[in-house]
Amino acid sequence: METTTKKDLEDFRLETRRWLEENCPASMRKPIKDSNDYFWGGRNAIFNNEDQKVWFEKMLAKKWIVPYWDTQYGGGGLSREENNILTQEMTRLGCRKPLFSFGISMLGPALHKFANEEQKMRFLPEITAGKTWWCQGYSEPNAGSDLAGLQTKAEDKGDHYLVTGSKVWTSYADKADWIFCLVRTDFDAPKHNGISFLLIDMASEGVSTRPIKLISGKSPFCETFFDHVKVPKENLIGTLNEGWSIAKYLLTHERQMIGGVGETDQRRELHDIAKDHLPMKDGKITDTVLRNELAVQDMNDKIFEMTIQRIMDEAKTGVNAGALSSFFKYYGTEQNVSRMELMTAITGSEGLVWEGEDKDAMNQARLFCRSKGNTIEGGTSEVQLGIISKRILNLPS
Amino acid sequence: MALILNEEQKMLKDSANEFLAANAPVEQFRTLRDNNYEAFDADLWPAIVEMGWTALTIPEEYNGLDFGYVGLGQVLEEMGRNLTKAPLLSSIALGGTALVNSTNAGLKSSWIPEIMNGTKRLAFATDEKNYFDPTAIETTAVTTAEGYSINGTKKMVIDGAGADAYVVVAKTDEGESALFLVDAANKGITIQTDVLLDAGTYASLSFEQVNIANDQRISEPGKGKSLLNLVNNTGAICLSAEMMGMIHAAFEQTVAYLQERTQFGKRIGSYQALQHRAAKMFCEIELCKSVVITALKGLDKQAENLDELASLAKAKLGETIKVVSNEAMQMHGGIGVTDDVNIGFYFKRARVAQRLFGDYNYHLDRYASLKQY
Repeated sequence: METTTKKDLEDFRLETRRWLEENCPASMRKPIKDSNDYFWGGRNAIFNNEDQKVWFEKMLAKKWIVPYWDTQYGGGGLSREENNILTQEMTRLGCRKPLFSFGISMLGPALHKFANEEQKMRFLPEITAGKTWWCQGYSEPNAGSDLAGLQTKAEDKGDHYLVTGSKVWTSYADKADWIFCLVRTDFDAPKHNGISFLLIDMASEGVSTRPIKLISGKSPFCETFFDHVKVPKENLIGTLNEGWSIAKYLLTHERQMIGGVGETDQRRELHDIAKDHLPMKDGKITDTVLRNELAVQDMNDKIFEMTIQRIMDEAKTGVNAGALSSFFKYYGTEQNVSRMELMTAITGSEGLVWEGEDKDAMNQARLFCRSKGNTIEGGTSEVQLGIISKRILNLPS
Repeated sequence: MALILNEEQKMLKDSANEFLAANAPVEQFRTLRDNNYEAFDADLWPAIVEMGWTALTIPEEYNGLDFGYVGLGQVLEEMGRNLTKAPLLSSIALGGTALVNSTNAGLKSSWIPEIMNGTKRLAFATDEKNYFDPTAIETTAVTTAEGYSINGTKKMVIDGAGADAYVVVAKTDEGESALFLVDAANKGITIQTDVLLDAGTYASLSFEQVNIANDQRISEPGKGKSLLNLVNNTGAICLSAEMMGMIHAAFEQTVAYLQERTQFGKRIGSYQALQHRAAKMFCEIELCKSVVITALKGLDKQAENLDELASLAKAKLGETIKVVSNEAMQMHGGIGVTDDVNIGFYFKRARVAQRLFGDYNYHLDRYASLKQY
C-alpha cells in the first residue's frame, strides 16, 4: 500500500540531503583508497581516525547504519523508496558507508528469512549497532566449487553441538567476533540434505585461525580451525539438515555483491586513464590494438551497467531476478578481471611496481593480482555457467 | 527512464508476435525465396498497414499514432524473429524518419500520408562503396535553373526495387551532403537488383542527369549532415531491434535442439562443452536486450548521446549475432547446414544485417572516436 506521497518523498530527499551535508565529515566523502578507510565495528572496534568515528556515531544515532531494517532490530525503518533516496543522496555526495559488515549484506538477509524471533532479537540489533563483526565459514580445503561436499561436522551432544573441522577463505576470521557456518549434521543423507547453518562465537574454546597470503601480498583471508568446539543448540538457524537452502539464498546475495550489482561505479573511465598514460595522435591512441581492446571493454562495461538497471527495473514490476545472480556474478567479475588486465597494459612499467615510493602505482600491481580471485571466489565462472545452463536454460544433467 | 516496456508497448509486442506467427512465419520467408526471391508477400503489406505499424512513428498532425520508436522496435524485433519480409524498415524507419524530421512542409504533407497508408513506398539510397561510410558521398546535386541535377551511383538500397521514390544523399554545390526526394519515375534512373546472401533483393541505382525541382530537397541548407546522421542512427538502432529478434529465435531453437538431440546415449545439452557456450550466449543476449531498449528510448527522447547509443547497439548486436548464428549452426550439427531446416536462414540474414548501417568494427571505432580516444 502506497502511503507516502511524491511530496513526502521530495521533502525526505531535501531533508536527507541537508542532514548529510551537515553531518558527513569532508574526509568521509572521499573515495576509498586502502583498508584503513573501512570501518568494520565489532567487540574490539578500531576507528582509524576521528572523522570515521564521528561519521559512524552520527549515522548510528540516526539509525541509518542499516536504514531499511525494522526499527525493532535497530534499523531505520525506511521504506524502499526512502532508502533509495538515501542511497542516491549518499552517492551524490560521495559519502562512504559508515560500517562495512557481512552481517548487513549477508547474514542479515538470511536471519530475516530463516531465524526465529528470539534469534532475530538477539543478533540483528548487534549488527545494526556495529557491535558484532561477522565472518563467513563456507568453503573448506576439499569443498570449493563443490561446496555441498563440506565435511566440518557438528555432532549432537544433547544440550550442545560439538564442531570439528576447518574452513578456508574466511575473510577477516582473525578479527571477527562471530562466524556463520555451514556444518554437516548428517553423514548418511545425500550431501545437500545433511547440512545445517550454525552461528559460532569465535571466542569459543577450540577455535583458531591462520592468515592466508595471496599473490597480491597480504589479504584478509584466513583458514579457520574448529577443534571440538562446543556450540549451544540455540545457535542453529532454521531447520536441522536444511541449511543448504539458507546457503543457496546467501550465495545469491554474495554473487550480486561480488558482481558489483547495486554499487555505483565511482571508478574513473578506463579510456581517461589510458589517455594519461599512452601516446596519442590526432586524438586517437596510437596503439590501435590496445585502443580496440579498450573500446570493447568500454562497450561491455556500459551495456552491463544498462543491464543492471534494466533488470532492477524489471524486478520492481515483479519479475523474479533471482536466477540471474549467476549471470551478474559471472559477467561482472569477468569484466573486472579484463579491466585490471587492461589497466596493467595501460600503465606499463609503472603498473608493475611492487614496492617503491609511489603508493598508487604499487597498489595497481596488487589490485591486478587480487582480481585473479574474482572469477573464483563466490563460485567460479564455470560454476556460474553451469547454474545458468541448468536453471535458466533447462539443459539436461 | 525505466528500461522496461509500458503496458501499451507490451500489448503491441504481443499483438505483433501473434499476428506474425499467423501471417508471416519463417515458412513464408521460404516460400518467397522459392518464388524467385519475391521481395515481400503482397497481402501482408496492406495487413501491416491495417495493424497500424506504419503509423507508429508518424506524428499526430499527419494522423499518425505518435507511438514512438520503442514501439516500432518491438514490431521489428518480432519481424526479425520470423524473418518477416516487409518494407517497414525501408519506407518507415528510414524514409519516414527522413521526412518527419524535414522542414519541407510541402514534401511532408504530400508524402507522409502516402507512406503511412502504404500506397507509396520510399527507399533510402546512401551507400556508394562496398562498406558503410556516410562520409564517402560522391553523388552530386548540381544546382540548375529549376532545381537540381542528380548524378552518381548508389548501392545496397534496401527494398529499392518497386519503391515509388528514393531518399538520395548527394553533395550540393557547397559540398554539403544533403537529402533529396527523387521520384522513381524520373528520367535518367537505371536500376539493377541483386539478390544477396539473405535472399533479399537490394538495388543498385544509377542517376544520370536526373532533374528534380527545388522543392524536392528534404534537408534544409546546413542541416544535411545532422539529418543524414539521424537517419543512419535510426537505421542502426532499428536494425539492431530486428537483429534482437533474430538472435532470440536462433538461440531458442538451438537450446531446444540441445534439449532433445541424443548422441552417445545422452542428450547433447548435458555436455559441459556445449552448456558453457550456451550459457555465455545467454549472458551476451542479456546485454543485447539492455542496449536495444536503451537505444530505442534514446531515439524517442532525442538523446544527446544518440550517436553513442546507436554505435553501442549496432556493435554489440553485430558481435552477438555473429556468435549466436555461428553457434546455432555448429550446435545443430549436420542438419544445421542443410536447407531443410530454417536455422541457416538466420545465419545468412545475420551476415547481411551485420553489414548494413555499419558493422562491428565501424561502430566500435566510432564509439572510441566519440569518446575521444
